[in-house]
Amino acid sequence: MTDVPVVRLAGITKRFPGVVANRDVELTVRAGEVHAVVGENGAGKSTLMKILYGMQRPDEGTITVRGEPVRFSSPRDAIAAGIGMVHQHFMLADNFTVLENIVLGAEPTRHGRLDTTGARAKIVELSTRYGFGVDPDALVEDLGVGDRQRVEILKVLYRDARVLILDEPTAVLVPHEVDELFASLGGLRAEGVAVIFISHKLDEVLRVADAVTVLRRGTTVTTVDPKDVTARQLAQLMVGSELPTPETRESTVTTVTELTVEHLTVRSPDGRTVVEDLSLRIHRGEVLGIAGVEGNGQAELVEALLGLRASSGTVRLGDTDISDWTTRQRREGGIGYIPEDRHRQGLLLSASLWENRMLGHQGRAPFSKGPWIDRKAARTDTERIVREYGVRTPGIGVPAFALSGGNQQKLVVGREMSGDPSLLVASHPTRGVDVGAQAQLWDHLREARRSGLAVLLVSADLEELIGLSDTLVVMLRGRLVATLDPATTTPEILGSAMTGAAA
Amino acid sequence: MTLLAPETAPPPVPRFDLRRLGLAVAAPLLAIVVALAVAAVALLVSGSNPLTVYARMLEAGTTTRSLVITVNNAVPLYLSGLAVALGFRMGLFNIGVEGQYQLAALLAAAAGAAVTLPGPLHLAFVLLVACLVGALWAAVPAVLKTTRGVSEVISTIMLNVIAAGIAAYLLTTYLQEKVAGSNNSRTPRLDESARFPNLDPVLHALGIATPQGTRLGGFVLVAVVVGVVYWLVVSRSRFGFDLRATGLSPSASVASGVSAKRMTIVTMLMSGAIAGLVGLPQLVGHSYSYGLDFTSGLGFTGIGVALLGRGSPVGVAVGALLFAFLERSSATLQRIDVPSEIYVIMQGSIVLSVVVAYEAVRRAGVAQAERAVRRAVDPEVAA
Amino acid sequence: MTTSQVAADKVGEPPRKTRGVRPRSLLLGAGLLLFLLSTVRVISGAEDITSSGSFGAALRLAVPIGLAGLGGLWAERAGIVNIGLEGMLILGTWFGAWAGFFYGPWIGVLAAIGAGALGGLLHALATVTFGVDHVVSGVAINLLGAGTARYLSSLAYGGDDRPPGSGATQSPTVHGLPEVSLPVLSSGPDLLGDLEDLHWFLVSDAAGILRGLTGDVSIITLLAVLLVPLSVFLLWHTAFGLRLRSVGENPVAAESLGVPVYRMKYIAVVSSGAFAGLGGAALVIGSIYREGQTAGRGFIGLAAVIFGNWRPGGLAAGAGLFGYADAIALRTNDAVRGLLLFVALLLVVVAIRQALQRKLPLTVATVLIAFAFFLWYATVDTVPSQLVGFTPHLITLLVLAVASQRLRPPAADGKPYRRGEQT
Repeated sequence: MTDVPVVRLAGITKRFPGVVANRDVELTVRAGEVHAVVGENGAGKSTLMKILYGMQRPDEGTITVRGEPVRFSSPRDAIAAGIGMVHQHFMLADNFTVLENIVLGAEPTRHGRLDTTGARAKIVELSTRYGFGVDPDALVEDLGVGDRQRVEILKVLYRDARVLILDEPTAVLVPHEVDELFASLGGLRAEGVAVIFISHKLDEVLRVADAVTVLRRGTTVTTVDPKDVTARQLAQLMVGSELPTPETRESTVTTVTELTVEHLTVRSPDGRTVVEDLSLRIHRGEVLGIAGVEGNGQAELVEALLGLRASSGTVRLGDTDISDWTTRQRREGGIGYIPEDRHRQGLLLSASLWENRMLGHQGRAPFSKGPWIDRKAARTDTERIVREYGVRTPGIGVPAFALSGGNQQKLVVGREMSGDPSLLVASHPTRGVDVGAQAQLWDHLREARRSGLAVLLVSADLEELIGLSDTLVVMLRGRLVATLDPATTTPEILGSAMTGAAA
Repeated sequence: MTLLAPETAPPPVPRFDLRRLGLAVAAPLLAIVVALAVAAVALLVSGSNPLTVYARMLEAGTTTRSLVITVNNAVPLYLSGLAVALGFRMGLFNIGVEGQYQLAALLAAAAGAAVTLPGPLHLAFVLLVACLVGALWAAVPAVLKTTRGVSEVISTIMLNVIAAGIAAYLLTTYLQEKVAGSNNSRTPRLDESARFPNLDPVLHALGIATPQGTRLGGFVLVAVVVGVVYWLVVSRSRFGFDLRATGLSPSASVASGVSAKRMTIVTMLMSGAIAGLVGLPQLVGHSYSYGLDFTSGLGFTGIGVALLGRGSPVGVAVGALLFAFLERSSATLQRIDVPSEIYVIMQGSIVLSVVVAYEAVRRAGVAQAERAVRRAVDPEVAA
Repeated sequence: MTTSQVAADKVGEPPRKTRGVRPRSLLLGAGLLLFLLSTVRVISGAEDITSSGSFGAALRLAVPIGLAGLGGLWAERAGIVNIGLEGMLILGTWFGAWAGFFYGPWIGVLAAIGAGALGGLLHALATVTFGVDHVVSGVAINLLGAGTARYLSSLAYGGDDRPPGSGATQSPTVHGLPEVSLPVLSSGPDLLGDLEDLHWFLVSDAAGILRGLTGDVSIITLLAVLLVPLSVFLLWHTAFGLRLRSVGENPVAAESLGVPVYRMKYIAVVSSGAFAGLGGAALVIGSIYREGQTAGRGFIGLAAVIFGNWRPGGLAAGAGLFGYADAIALRTNDAVRGLLLFVALLLVVVAIRQALQRKLPLTVATVLIAFAFFLWYATVDTVPSQLVGFTPHLITLLVLAVASQRLRPPAADGKPYRRGEQT
């Protein structure tokens, strides 16, 4: 019996118009196993899991659950077959209680009424068995991230799932929450639940997985035993070749200070301190890399520097105090901005490329003539960016949403490098970008740095941080906790500094 | 707060090829066909032959007299549509045009009657007062939105009723001129110097004879000027870029340095100023006073006109003319025992089907653009 | 804060099923209001402040508002903003009156519900299936609803063979439905009526209010009142309701758990139209259809939803308040003037509360406003009726301006949702 895998995906192929997202994917998961699925962004992990969870139908291939072939047309079918999924972005209604969120779609009723008593008993029982300690009557909006994740897992367990899909579960957790999660996974494993663990954090994968399947460009590369591989070997399997190393050859750091931040404090709308008394300095020709687990105040720091978020403290650009400047003044004063979420902050998705060229630069030469805009100049300069940055597009009149992520990012980077910025604030500049485009973008950053640009680089990609930065600082809970020399730092050292293990 | 205007107003159609333009024109045409079909059902219910009725409408609507009246009636609809459309371009729903123009027309009428000024100056004064009042009344929802996060949809609906109440109160108390033998309360008549000349001399010069009692109102010139200014500001100015960017993506425009609050306030003020002009073709064109019987409902019809024309001034003009034409051409249907109110059904179904058609066209456009890009670049593996 | 701490903090507290108002504070509030109203009646001498006539009228006027509000509540709980309620209300009035005149009042009620539901279906089609912006679609439906009613009216009552009493813009009188009264107390011996006539402080006021609410109540009114607890039960205590509300809070999450999001939205919006249609019936059954008779009640219904913080109880309170304002405005000017005093006293109570919470600047401001209302009361003889007409609208604006941070609309209200697309 134990030889029959709980879930087996064979020959899964999924095409979207013009794109093959999955090709001949094979995946076999056994009961009581934590099975990691790793791959780069865009390798097809998400599509594969959506297929297994019934959110999308495969064009070819078969899904077998406990030896029985199945065909899912909606998550409902997958749930009925004992498969549950915890999405990367939590799917919880904030204004509902924990109980309401858990029972939704599988509500117990008595005489037509919701049976909250029965549901509460079952939730408390599950919660106790796995040591979750979740209050079923708490409102979800009052819960922290770790608790919300436990509610998501309870949602799945409540439906008696035997297969649990976790999509990037650690992306939003702080280190001790990751430890708690992994302890819970141990409990699930002991109960015979199969866990599919999607991640691109290789150290975590090696820590927790019993088997690792690697996806690359939509297809399975191999399945390995984590005991037999190192993180670097896994990474090479993911990328498919020697890792591109974004190494900075010679130092171009000057002695002229471009950005000075002193005692910067940022509070979130609910009053929490998210950046605390932070000071830093970037010289012309210097790349300052900020490392840290996501959610430790990097995003807030970036937004405060751009004037998008209220803050206290002093920010100086060159010799000018810009603390009280509006976003527009700061941008016109020479700050380029590559936002973390280009769809939300970087682009007007349904506007044309040339209109997007003006975004954030609309008040400056060459686009602005008095109160009017110069559309011709915008078109000409967009042509230039398309050429120089290799943006693959049929023309500059197409709407931005039609471009692939990598090409959108090239446009954004090209735009922000134009108009002679003196400081570039770059948040995850190569996230969601394919390897080739990544290398190109790195080259552009290096070149700009050589000509004296100061760069503040926030990234989750440790290789990128080490390779590009002249100085590396580590951010933890809103503070800078360590300064490292990228020449002597390895991803391992950096990783432990980020979790607060080393200081 | 929700009940907010959703993040995206109807986005403007990015022009990049003819097929796309064709799609954009197809939508309103399709909507008109659907509306004619719906109206045909209504006519069949009433026992009339739709084709006879439509032929009659076409005939009655295209006489010189009808065309002049159509243009006259289209002018306030056009202004009202533009006021709404300006908000749409940045994702704001100014449903308050109704209240803004009522209050503006009343106070402009009262102020105009209270002062004595030489010719053009007097007229300009009346126009200015109307714009100012409209803008100030529109400032209320703008301030509520930017300082308290109140949805402008709800606040403008409430303010319409409040404006009507205040107007009725002021009219029957302080601003009323007692007219012997009439129970219609109205403001004193405007002097000759505040009246807008009609364009009949121009028509005569062009060799077009206007029938007795029909005059082409001069305010159509003001409408044209407002349309041109609107186009220049929205499509060609930096302010217009900020406005459209905010409509397309509030978060991206804020990151680009646009101040969302300032944009909301300025746009509402401008929209209110245009709305203030809506009642003026009547006031300075032929009624010369504001009374209890002053035309109402133009603000609501203007929303339909704006939806029809999307953000473009030409589209709004076409929409206004179409609405005015439908109303005018059905006016004589009573004679063949068809309720002339059939035009209201037509207007309503045009608006409903046009918004559905635009959404369908938008999706078709999205798919088309994505295909075009894919044809041009190699397929990549996507997430 | 860790989980165990969170759990520990909650120990001893009863589980919060809904975050409504507790029964005890509700009773206390009602008692306080009664006391204030009685005081105002005695001081101002305006008997209509608490007369059974006023409260009967208030209930009647509140019904269409409340039904439109229930329509708004159902739609918005499922995430669809329904500005088209006014149009659906108009459709309800026309079809209710037409079918009511020709086929009897009960058929009229059914026709009104059906016509409203049809409007709701149109709105659902546009917003859910075609993804049209909710406000845009609602505006269009208002135009279409008003247009259809005008056309049909002209068609049905505009000819020479029209039924007696009708005209191009109005229907003949529709027979009413039976009215019920509380036996002994409000009818027959009419004990409450006797008590009311004594004009005793508090006692007669309570009697007048009760008699107004329980005497000669139309069946539709009764039905409408019962729909409020029914909505509470359906939306908050059944699996169906949990699912319906879930698509208004987080449709993506609901979809991921197998909740049929589109179907729930359709059900909600069609029901929404049906409620508005019934509201239309409440206006015309026992009366006539008249063009413009809804007078924006669909919008006030929406306002009542906001006033009631998207909860049926609050919504009913809002509808009651707006109905009362309308009723007072229709009665003697004395009563309207008395209302000024009532507002002044109410503000004094608010000020006392603020003072207890040590919010001094706020207290001073409230006292000043209260004083202004008192001065207005003391110095004028009449209050212009045009200004009373928009009281509900002004109240809504004030509530939005003052309390918008505390209002809790459904999280995904008004947001377009496409299956398979995450926002």
